[in-house]
Amino acid sequence: MKLIVNNREVTIDADPAMPLLWALRDVIGLTGTKFGCGAAQCGACTVHLDGEAIRSCITPVSDAEGKKIITIEAATDGTDRVGAAVHAAWVKHDVAQCGYCQSGQIMSAIALIKSLPAGQQPTPDNIDAAMAGNICRCGTYVRIRAAVADAARTLA
Amino acid sequence: MLPNIDYSELPRALQHMLERGQPVKTLPRRSFLKLAGATGLALGAFPHVAMGATTAGGNPASALKPTQQPSAFVQIAGNGEVTVTINRLEFGQGVHTALPMILAEELDADWTLVRSRHGTNDAAYVDPLFGIHLTGGSHSIKNSFSQYRELGARARAMLLAAAAARWMVDIATLRTQAGTVLGPGGRKLGYGELAEAAMARPVPEKVTLKDPKDFRIIGCPTPRLDARAKSSGRQDFGIDTRLPGQLTAVVARPSVFGARLAAVDDSAARAVNGVKAVLRVPLDGGAEGVAVVADGYWQATQGRDALKLKWDSAKVEKVDSERQLVHYRELAGRPGPRKFDADMAPLATAPRQLEAEFVFPYLAHAAMEPLNCTVALTEGRAELWVGSQCAGLDAGAAARVLNLKPEQVTVNVQMAGGGFGRRFSSTSDTVVEACEIAKAARAAGLNAPVRTLWSREDDMRGGFYRPMHLHRARIGFDERGNVLAWDHVIVGQSITTGSVFEQFQVKNGIDGTATEGMRDPYPLPMRLTVHHPKLNVPVLWWRSVGSTHTAFVMETLLDEIARATQQDPVTYRMRLFGDKHPRHRDALQLAVDRSGYGKTHLAAGRAWGVAVHESFDSVVAYVVEASVKDGRPALHRVTAGVHCNLAVNPRTVEAQVQGAAVTGLSMCLPGSAITLRDGVVEQSNFDGYTVARITDMPEFNVHIVPSVEPPTGIGEPGLPPLAPAFGNAIARLTGKPLRQLPFKLA
Repeated sequence: MKLIVNNREVTIDADPAMPLLWALRDVIGLTGTKFGCGAAQCGACTVHLDGEAIRSCITPVSDAEGKKIITIEAATDGTDRVGAAVHAAWVKHDVAQCGYCQSGQIMSAIALIKSLPAGQQPTPDNIDAAMAGNICRCGTYVRIRAAVADAARTLA
Repeated sequence: MLPNIDYSELPRALQHMLERGQPVKTLPRRSFLKLAGATGLALGAFPHVAMGATTAGGNPASALKPTQQPSAFVQIAGNGEVTVTINRLEFGQGVHTALPMILAEELDADWTLVRSRHGTNDAAYVDPLFGIHLTGGSHSIKNSFSQYRELGARARAMLLAAAAARWMVDIATLRTQAGTVLGPGGRKLGYGELAEAAMARPVPEKVTLKDPKDFRIIGCPTPRLDARAKSSGRQDFGIDTRLPGQLTAVVARPSVFGARLAAVDDSAARAVNGVKAVLRVPLDGGAEGVAVVADGYWQATQGRDALKLKWDSAKVEKVDSERQLVHYRELAGRPGPRKFDADMAPLATAPRQLEAEFVFPYLAHAAMEPLNCTVALTEGRAELWVGSQCAGLDAGAAARVLNLKPEQVTVNVQMAGGGFGRRFSSTSDTVVEACEIAKAARAAGLNAPVRTLWSREDDMRGGFYRPMHLHRARIGFDERGNVLAWDHVIVGQSITTGSVFEQFQVKNGIDGTATEGMRDPYPLPMRLTVHHPKLNVPVLWWRSVGSTHTAFVMETLLDEIARATQQDPVTYRMRLFGDKHPRHRDALQLAVDRSGYGKTHLAAGRAWGVAVHESFDSVVAYVVEASVKDGRPALHRVTAGVHCNLAVNPRTVEAQVQGAAVTGLSMCLPGSAITLRDGVVEQSNFDGYTVARITDMPEFNVHIVPSVEPPTGIGEPGLPPLAPAFGNAIARLTGKPLRQLPFKLA
């Protein structure tokens, strides 16, 4: 099976029903995407599939074949302008506590900012709605709100 | 996340640990060099030098305990990079940054060159007061503050001695500044240039510590050292451990606690692509399960799904939440052991009476990183990778399972995705299970490291909950709100009975962790009766432990008395504190001042709520604004006043208070309960078990009372007062007090 992961073509031998999450983590070795619930309840496994934020824990790897998969590793490596801004805001606001959910949080935040017309700032309601699917048990929500708004401002 | 521990009982506690064969293992001192060398390679081109390592065999450092030797804690590379080893588990609370801050302060390090890493089950990394490896009870900073200061000061003294020898000058002419030793005539050497020579110097026993007014790192709001890695997917957690050839195991467990495995048909499971072995393994509490070992997690779960298992639960207690409540109510009416006693005669004559019953459900920790442990076995050795709150206990448990000596087991403590108490169980259940599986896999001919991974469902249905509790109160008071008699009963399972803490927590049949937070600091004539029913549902400490329920009971009842007697809830509490509890007063006053309480006019439909509670030696007060929106309580704004003595990293204190409060908020939300029906846990994932989401999050400001006293706990104290402050605001709006968590509007 051929996948395009982080702008590179990867050939893997896996059950087509295997969730994309486990293809990324166990087969390809990209462990930045996290396992939290396996049921699209917590958002820790969020990646971008053709630019859309999806829950990789319930997405069969076959559904991702031929599509552009971006994980946290590439989203924050400096090559993506929005990803770089969100990463920088996350560091600046010291969002992470345990940090386990933050890959998913950041992927949702990037998708939100990219979904807005260029230069448009997300409202507090936009931010809450876009981030509502991502659970943080450490309770970093105040800083998440601040970081998303700040990242969007720096891109304006 | 662990019970408050009575310091006077420490020697007994340690003795108890030792009697149970807990490993207090010391590496030969020379091996710190090896350890250091390996780290140097791992971190980059510069070999890291372990401070003081070559003093082994020499006399000078002999009086120091392993916890006092800089060699195990600080390494300085040739380029000046300082790596500090933390003796705790970092699982969100910020010790990965705060402990290095404390050491770097006295070392006078260049903070921009300071790095942090986890330790192991080595004896150097025990809690210096308790003598066991321990992350919990909000003790990390409290108990290691002096230790890490002294470690830094010792390393600095060795660097100074090395510089004095190099320059052949009097050590008194030298000073240090941000990673550099400065000498007469403009002489200057970086710590990296001196590290190797400093190594050869004797380790001083006595060192002079800085005056807190000279602190330049401690007390500064400091960004976390792990912020970048955790904001880019580059931070590895225990679950991310990937060893060559590693296999993954999942376990089929009984749906009823204690059910026996009656029959196994694993033919279909074995046929699943990627499944390597199906193994019957002993589980915690004498149970048995079936482990499926496979190439990866997905294949293992496919194999588990294909198992045909028969469980026998005929003779097993099947707890049912509804019946349990009936039973608890019946128990509450019986006589039992008393924690406090007082004259209850005034109850009959008191002009005002109040009777209340409170119910609190089981709660799961539900940390974001599911439980996991990776085990690599070789002849006569075991190596573990696990986010452990108790590496020494876990290593001892692993050794017992694997028939090894404790010194043959290494636990590599891994960054953990939350824990809230669940990564420390007295039976080391997660580690024991992973070791049983690794052992069985090896016996089955699989010579590979095995990572045992729990699914969310395994975790949520797997027990080790905050126990369900019933409280009953009968209070007599007068028109001024003076309490004349308070008769109180608590019913709930004991969390420390059968644990390593039982000896010094359970007294007169009462588990102190069930009653912590009751009565004090209020001067109340209280009689407190406690019942600890025994049920087969495993229970455990959970962030802020007893205060998860006692604070709610105390702070809502006192608020109700204030309301009933037309008194302001802040004034009423201040009167009760008198002049004996300045930290409570200061925390509450700060929250009041910064919130605008009593001055700002609230929007229509909103009300103020107040609560203050001490736990883990720190006091947190909340003043909140809340409303009822579409029949549901909503929390809008929280102002916190925090007294945790010296705030080592105020940025972390703020984060911990907000985070603990979010867990406290979660407890209030509909669906935040673990319930059982006929022995089966009814919730299995976040769709059935509610935790707070960003949409539940209020505006939140944290204010810290300035102090230079030695720091007290901060991981947990922010949790207990949130629910009662919220509840008190709602009660002011509806006129009806809230008597259970999660909230249920009558």
